[in-house]
Amino acid sequence: MASNFFAARTTTTRPTTKSQVIEPALQPWVEKYRPKTIDDVSAQEHTVAVLQKTLTSTNLPHMLFYGPPGTGKTSTILALSRQLFGPDNFRNRVLELNASDERGIAIVREKIKNFARQTPRAQAVASDGKTYPCPPYKIIILDEADSMTQDAQGALRRIMETYARITRFCLVCNYVTRIIEPLASRCSKFRFTPLDNDSAALRLSHIAHEERIVIDKPIIDALISTSHGDLRRAITYLQSASRLSSSTNPPTKIQPADIQEIAGVVPDSIINDFASSIGVEVEGGMDVDDEPHSKKGTFDHIKKKVKYLMREGYSATQIISQLHDLVVFHPTLDSRKKSNCALIFAEADKALCDGADEELWVLEVALRVNKVVS
Amino acid sequence: MSLFVDQESYFRPRTLDTLHYHHGLSERLKALAASGDFPHMLFYGPSGAGKKTRITCVLRQLFGAGVEKLKIDQRVFLSPSKRKLEINIVQSNYHIEITPSEAGSYDRLVIQELLKEIAQTQQVDLSAKQRFKVVIINEADSLSRDAQAALRRTMEKYMSNMRIILCANSTSRLIAPIKSRCLLMRVAAPNEEEMMTVLKYVAKRAGFDLPPEAGEKIVEDSNGNLRKAILILEALKMQTPDLNGPLSIAKPDWEVYCYKVADLLVSEQSPARVMEVRAKLYELLSHCIPPTIILKTVAERVVEKVDEALKADIMHWAAFYEVRMRTGSKKIYHLEAWVVKVMSLYKVLFRLLMQNPFD
Repeated sequence: MASNFFAARTTTTRPTTKSQVIEPALQPWVEKYRPKTIDDVSAQEHTVAVLQKTLTSTNLPHMLFYGPPGTGKTSTILALSRQLFGPDNFRNRVLELNASDERGIAIVREKIKNFARQTPRAQAVASDGKTYPCPPYKIIILDEADSMTQDAQGALRRIMETYARITRFCLVCNYVTRIIEPLASRCSKFRFTPLDNDSAALRLSHIAHEERIVIDKPIIDALISTSHGDLRRAITYLQSASRLSSSTNPPTKIQPADIQEIAGVVPDSIINDFASSIGVEVEGGMDVDDEPHSKKGTFDHIKKKVKYLMREGYSATQIISQLHDLVVFHPTLDSRKKSNCALIFAEADKALCDGADEELWVLEVALRVNKVVS
Repeated sequence: MSLFVDQESYFRPRTLDTLHYHHGLSERLKALAASGDFPHMLFYGPSGAGKKTRITCVLRQLFGAGVEKLKIDQRVFLSPSKRKLEINIVQSNYHIEITPSEAGSYDRLVIQELLKEIAQTQQVDLSAKQRFKVVIINEADSLSRDAQAALRRTMEKYMSNMRIILCANSTSRLIAPIKSRCLLMRVAAPNEEEMMTVLKYVAKRAGFDLPPEAGEKIVEDSNGNLRKAILILEALKMQTPDLNGPLSIAKPDWEVYCYKVADLLVSEQSPARVMEVRAKLYELLSHCIPPTIILKTVAERVVEKVDEALKADIMHWAAFYEVRMRTGSKKIYHLEAWVVKVMSLYKVLFRLLMQNPFD
C-alpha cells in the first residue's frame, strides 16, 4: 500500500515556479523532498485518510497535530493548505507562525486576531491552470505551539471561536500535554506516530534514487537505527553523508560508520570497552585486552576510562543512552539488576537536563552500575 | 610581544592545511568548503581541543583572506521591558560572531533579532566567493531552550543567505531538532603523541630544543588541553631558559588553594574544621572560581587520599550536590553540605574500622 504513496507523484509535480530563489541543488533535502500533496506523506495512513475527506468536502475543523519530531506534522498541514488554496492564494490565506517568531500575548492579540478577522479575499485565478477547491476560510498554522506561553494560549481561546466561520487554526506540537485543555478540546486531534522502518526505508531509497546516489541495505539500516523513527533526521544524515562522500576525490562510497560519526553516536567498540571495564560483560567481547582482570572495576581504572571518553569529546547523554541500551537488552543480567541500572540512568538523565557537570555524572553512572552488577 | 599560542609564526594555524592533527577531519572540512554545498555545522569537543581554530580555518577556506579583517562592534538590543542589552559582535564582511549567552536570559531576543536581520539581507559584495554569510554562535550549549527553539525554523528558512556554525563543549544540552539540522563535527582532544609533536614543533619554531622529559611533563599536566600546554611551555621557557634539570610547573593559585582545602578535609573532621573549610571556600568563590570547578578539583584530590571503599561514595555525593548547586541559587550551601557529608562518611568508616580491627 505504502509504496504508491509517493512513488510517481513527486517526479511529476516538481514545482517549476520561477520565484524559487534557492537553487534546488543547494536546498536541504528535507525541504526539497517535503511532500507536495498529502498523498505523499509517508506512513500516517489514518490521518491522511481523514484529511483526504476534508479535501473533497472542503470543510475543515480546527486541528491539533501532535507527535514526535520528524513524523511529518508540519509537512502534512503545509501540503494540505497548498492543495486547498493553490500557490497563488496560499500567501493571503495562510499565516504560518513558529517559535522563531515572537509569539507572546501581544502578538496573539494583534497579528493573529487581525488576520483571523479579515474576510477571506476573493479567489485569485490560479496561474498554473489547475483548479483548487479554495474554500472560503483562512488557515492559521501555529507551529511548535507547545512553546507558546500559557497566557498566549489563553488569549487564543475566544479568538478561535469567534472567527471560526472564516478562520481555521492548526496547532502543531510535540507534547500535547503542554497545550492548555480549553484549546485542545476545541480541536480535533491527530496523533502522528513514529515512522515504521519500512516506510522510512522506502522514502530514503526514493530520495537516494532521485539524487542518484548508491546506498545499500546496511546504510539504510544504520540511518534508521540512528534516527529512531525521525525521518527528518534520517534525511539530514543521508544528505550530510552524501556531501562528505562526494566531496572527496575520488568520491568514496558511504559507509555505515560514516553515518554513525555524523549522528554523533559513540562507536560500538568504545562503548563495549567501557561497559566491560565497569563490569558489564559484553557478548562476543572476549578478554583480548592485556590488562589483568583484577584491575577492572577499581575506582582508578573506571576514572581513567571516563576521562578518556570525555577527552574524546563524546556527549554524556549519548554515552548514557547507549549504555542504557546495552544494559537493558543484556542477555545474562537478571531483571533486578537491570531495574536498578535503569534507575541510575534515569537519575543521570535528569541531572544532565538540569545542566550538571558531564564528567561527574558519567563517572557517577559508571561507579554505580559497577556496584549494581558486581 | 604576543604569546606562542596566538602567533602564526610559532603555532597558530590559519589554514586547514597547516592544522597539526585530526587530518581526516581537516580533509573533510576542506572538501565541504570546496563543494559549494556547505551545511550548518556543530563543532563540539572539550576545551583546548582546537574547535575555534578549525572554525577560523574553515572560514578562511571559504572566503579567502578577507575574513581576517575583523572589526568589533557593539550592538544594543531592547528587551521587552525596555532594558538595554549590549552585545559584543565580532564581524568581517563575510561572517559574524556572537556569544548570545552574554545576554543571559534574553538570548532568545538576540537570536531572533540578529539572525533574522542577517538572514534577510543578501550578500552585497559581488566579488565574494560564497553567496551566503556565516554566523558563528559561541557557547551554544549555554543557549536557553527558547533561544534554541527560535533557531529551528530560522535555520531551515534562510538557508540561502546564511549558514550557522555552532561551537559547543558538549551536545547534551542542545535540543534534538538543532542537532538534526547540523552536520556534527567532533573535535577530540589531541592524544599524547599528537601533543608532543605540536610542542616540539612550537619549540623548533621558537628556536630551541625541547628535552623529552620536559615535554612529557607538560603533556601530563595539561590534560589534553593544547592551549594550556603551549602556555605552560612558554612560561617554563621564561623561567628556565634551557629547560633542563628539575622543572616545577607552577599550578594556578586557585588549584593550590583547592588542594589545601582537600588536605584540611582529610586530616581532621570536626565542626571547627568545617568552619575553617567554609572560610576557604568563600575565599575561592569570591575570586570568581566557578563552584563546579572547586567541587571537582577538591573531590578529585580528596579521592586520591582516601581508602578505596570511600572513593565511590565521595564521587557520588559530589555528583549529587553538583546538581543541587545548579538547581539551587546559593552555591556555598551545597559545597558545605558536601564537605560535611564527606567528613561524616570518613568518620563512620573510621569508627567501623576501630570497632572490628580484625575484620
